[in-house]
Amino acid sequence: MTEGQINAWRIPALVAFALLLAAPFFLSNYYQHMAVQIVIWSVVYTAWSLMGRFRLTSLGHGAFLGVGAYVPTLLWNNFGVTPWLGIPAGMALAVLLAMVVGYPCFRMKVVGHYFALVTLALGQVVLLVIVASREVTGGSLGMTPKASEHAWYALQLEDKREFYAVVLVAWLLTLAVWRAVDRGLGRAALEALAENEEAAASIGIDVLREKLRITALSAGLTALGGALYAQYLLYLNPEAMSGVGISLQIVFASIAGGMYSMLGPTVGAAFTILLTESLRVEFGTHFIGAANTIYGALLVVFIIFMPRGIVGLASELLRRKPPATPAALPAE
Amino acid sequence: MDIYLVEAIVNGLLLGGVLALLSLGLNLIFGVIDVVWIVYAELVMSAMYVVYWLHNYYAWPLLAACAAAIVFAALLGVLVHLLVIEPVLRSAPINQLLATGGALFFLQSLATLLFGTDFRNLGIRLPIIEFYGIFISFSRLIAFGVALISAVVLYFFLAKTYLGTAIRAISQDREIMGLMGVSERRIYLTTSAIGGGLAGLAACLLVLQYDVHPFIGLTFGPITFMVCVLGGLGNMIGGFIAAFIMSQIIAVGGYYMPIEMAEVLAFVFFIVLILIRPQGIMGK
Repeated sequence: MTEGQINAWRIPALVAFALLLAAPFFLSNYYQHMAVQIVIWSVVYTAWSLMGRFRLTSLGHGAFLGVGAYVPTLLWNNFGVTPWLGIPAGMALAVLLAMVVGYPCFRMKVVGHYFALVTLALGQVVLLVIVASREVTGGSLGMTPKASEHAWYALQLEDKREFYAVVLVAWLLTLAVWRAVDRGLGRAALEALAENEEAAASIGIDVLREKLRITALSAGLTALGGALYAQYLLYLNPEAMSGVGISLQIVFASIAGGMYSMLGPTVGAAFTILLTESLRVEFGTHFIGAANTIYGALLVVFIIFMPRGIVGLASELLRRKPPATPAALPAE
Repeated sequence: MDIYLVEAIVNGLLLGGVLALLSLGLNLIFGVIDVVWIVYAELVMSAMYVVYWLHNYYAWPLLAACAAAIVFAALLGVLVHLLVIEPVLRSAPINQLLATGGALFFLQSLATLLFGTDFRNLGIRLPIIEFYGIFISFSRLIAFGVALISAVVLYFFLAKTYLGTAIRAISQDREIMGLMGVSERRIYLTTSAIGGGLAGLAACLLVLQYDVHPFIGLTFGPITFMVCVLGGLGNMIGGFIAAFIMSQIIAVGGYYMPIEMAEVLAFVFFIVLILIRPQGIMGK
């Protein structure tokens, strides 16, 4: 994309953003709830895709989600630290955790499904630690942040529209990080090493540093998403915040949307949440599982036939369309 | 030595049998087809439901229900290969793993749809045996015995029969086998059926010890993968040894600390070991 094209996109983008910002004022409480959820998960899925698109397939992002969610609430409940400080602390801890596991992984060239299984174990470790520390975390029963009169200080916002504004900022921040990675030199380096690590290293790319940097960004932003999710629901549950189940959910929604483009994971979040909700409304609670059965089958189809996801497929179709008048084409 | 510690070690040994049995099928599939079936634990879960359903609702004798569950799991294994693996056989390994992950969601949700999220059990409670002051679960003892027997049977199948030899050969050199007149596809389907059948066998033994629910695969799935990787993916003897190492860490660790922390210890042990020896304890 050239500079001119980017500028041409800027005005529609601004209009779209203004519409997004204004959206909750026209929506009922129920749709506000869905909008907030979509934006929160968009943050998490985009964060995962930061790594995922460079063939660093983590099956353990639940670990960072869990750390991000529990640290602010633990600090708030036990020491009265505001989430405004607690959230950065949780993000920092998630980044630290990512570095502790990532450094030796990248150093020892653990890749492919070995990397996937190591991260899977990491997600399980965080889940089990949360469950085991039941004196402070409530274990499997979960925990709630202590209620406070100062809504903004405690980041416990009654009004969904206010919370929506907060998560929208987080989402924009995540997209900005994506954009920065895209435009930076790091991207070329990461793409090169995703193709062939040895060759990349041989032309002077610091493989270890590039991988660690993208992993740190991904872990930190995932923790941010986890924190927002916890502050929104005001209830934390180990199974919902960490472990294999949620880690796989992150992976698959990102792939379904399309992990190679900036808005792909956001489309994935909207797609999965709207699909689950509409099927739930359609079938009622009588058929719990119906929605996910269809979703599971769709995932297999997605991975087999359109590994670039919804956005990937859409852009491919759009690209094919233009030569509608092939009259000028010379015969081959 | 403390009698409870001895009990922990013995129970760890028996748990090792269950883990070893679980890892057999997964290891076979990995060794031959070179794919990781993330969906493997869900095959076990489905077969557990088959046993439960036939035994409790249609009053089938337990052994008949188990036999049906093994056949069912074997067919499911073939289906997974035909519908999920075959279309992505030439894709990147991680895509294959993710495609079976989609199948995981599918089976999990299908079970929720059919049976709800209730915990169900056979209503059979096998006795606890006392042996010199140590209490041993009889169902675990059976699982341990069956694991050993099936490992031996599988070994002789792979070592002595024509089909077994072909399976071992294809896992060593994929390209040459076509030239030797061995159909790759037939071997893969056979392997998937045997792997699925082993998942069904594991299910028959697990359903005696645990309640079945749609998400039970998530509880023992991860530890099964860890066991396989630790033993060197595809290496069955390694997997067998790894199963006993992991189970001892969990059982003896559980004697000194909460059981979840013992599992954490096992996972951390796995992560550290895989960083030191990515090829597994028995890998070359």
